[in-house]
Amino acid sequence: MLSVALPKGRLGEQVYEMFASAGFPCPSIMEKGRKLIFENEEAGVRYFWVKPSDVAIYVERGAADIGVAGKDILVEYAPDVYELLDLGIGKCRMAVAAPRGFRDDKKRTLVVATKFSRAAREFYASTGRDIDIIHLNGSIEIAPILGLSDVIVDIVETGTTLKENNLEVIESIFPISARLIANKSAFKFNTEQIEKLVSSLKEMI
Amino acid sequence: MDKISFDPGVLDGTERLIYELRSLYKSCGYDKFRMSKFEEYDLYVTNKDYLVSDSVITFTDTNGSLMALKPDVTLSIIKNTKDAPDTVTKLCYNENVYRISNNTGSFKEIMQTGLECLGCIDELCIGEVLTLAARSLLQISPDFILETAQLDVLAAFVDELTHDRDVRNDILKCVNEKNVHSIPRICADNGIDPAMAEDLISLVGIYGTPGRVLPMLKELCAKKNCSEYIESMEKSLDILVSEGLGDKVIIDFSVVSDLKYYNGIIFKGFLKGVPGSVLSGGQYDNLMKRMGRRSRAIGFAVYLDMLERILLDSEVASC
Repeated sequence: MLSVALPKGRLGEQVYEMFASAGFPCPSIMEKGRKLIFENEEAGVRYFWVKPSDVAIYVERGAADIGVAGKDILVEYAPDVYELLDLGIGKCRMAVAAPRGFRDDKKRTLVVATKFSRAAREFYASTGRDIDIIHLNGSIEIAPILGLSDVIVDIVETGTTLKENNLEVIESIFPISARLIANKSAFKFNTEQIEKLVSSLKEMI
Repeated sequence: MDKISFDPGVLDGTERLIYELRSLYKSCGYDKFRMSKFEEYDLYVTNKDYLVSDSVITFTDTNGSLMALKPDVTLSIIKNTKDAPDTVTKLCYNENVYRISNNTGSFKEIMQTGLECLGCIDELCIGEVLTLAARSLLQISPDFILETAQLDVLAAFVDELTHDRDVRNDILKCVNEKNVHSIPRICADNGIDPAMAEDLISLVGIYGTPGRVLPMLKELCAKKNCSEYIESMEKSLDILVSEGLGDKVIIDFSVVSDLKYYNGIIFKGFLKGVPGSVLSGGQYDNLMKRMGRRSRAIGFAVYLDMLERILLDSEVASC
């Protein structure tokens, strides 16, 4: 039985449709309710919904054999897992945004507000810029408006939220999309099933 | 009053395994290595990339030297063993090491058992160490897989793309994650023709038992003039196959270790139901050179902390 951790939400539903078409259906998953675990013994698959940022942990620790997580989560938590496929959905990017007209004064430390501390630290380390990180858990956009930070590092999809808060992207860091990940040990003991899934998904991308 | 005779039933799963593995290693001529003193911090900091985690617990000795609680045993074995490149020295150990646990993020005392084979290492020695690694896993559970790769081959494929350290590290990270879809992008971002990465991608895609994948591997390596490495690997793997363990071995080039220290054959062991690798090892001639030794070396460690749950389950089952 292959255990699959799916990210709760629209992306997870889209991923489930792909998995079902790839030969791993589990119709009960679409029923409304509070149930979180769904099984289809015949197809040899068990799905469960988890918070998107937790998918990588479930997979790394072997509670799920495979899962789907955004590249942002994989960069941030650096789990020891296989990244088998770029599913090409849930596309957006990690970017630096600042108030319109912002000019970086290199003489002083740049204050960066973000939920993605590692991504921000690695990006600025690669540019040699000295920064202070303020770790926030949400509403990152208001940090520069209230003077809490100079810039933000966050996920940008359409840029509408930034625009509405008078911010603009000043640098793109890396592109993001949903990735199929697998637990390293589970991959070895379910190779055939996982490889079958990967090759079917490849045909859909 | 009579002396109490030893009852093996008092041993818990981990203790029993330690003695079983020691018997296994002893049967192949491995002597016990015992660490009775602390090493200077300098030994570990000089080779910090070799360590699983680079955090080390330090203390000041009575003479003012900065000492460390050992995060690793191999470095001490190399340091405290005579360099004898014309003979073979076989040592096994079980020692506590002090490392940051992946589970808790804080320091933990971890019991580790393993062996090191130093000196004049040939395919036969490598085959014996691989066999002992497989038999160590078998001692814990019949549901195991020993996966192996040849680092010199991987290095040859990566060298063809770039010698830039950062780019190489990015590519090797992708290899380790089986993330072949990102390799062409890394190449393109760094001015390397992505088409040149096709052979590396094929190499990482090779996965299976030696009987199934060695012909493909030979064909791929013939193009890169590194057939000798595969022939040597095949000789060592033949020993495992002759022991009836061939179907438990997987050749998988996503197994990567730091090229500064490791070379040749590297391997990892997995058990069904345990999420990470429980055994890790390989040839470390490069580390030996860095430490001024002429001997070659190969060894492995079994991570007993990873086995807690599986050993406890087997204890409960046997009750």
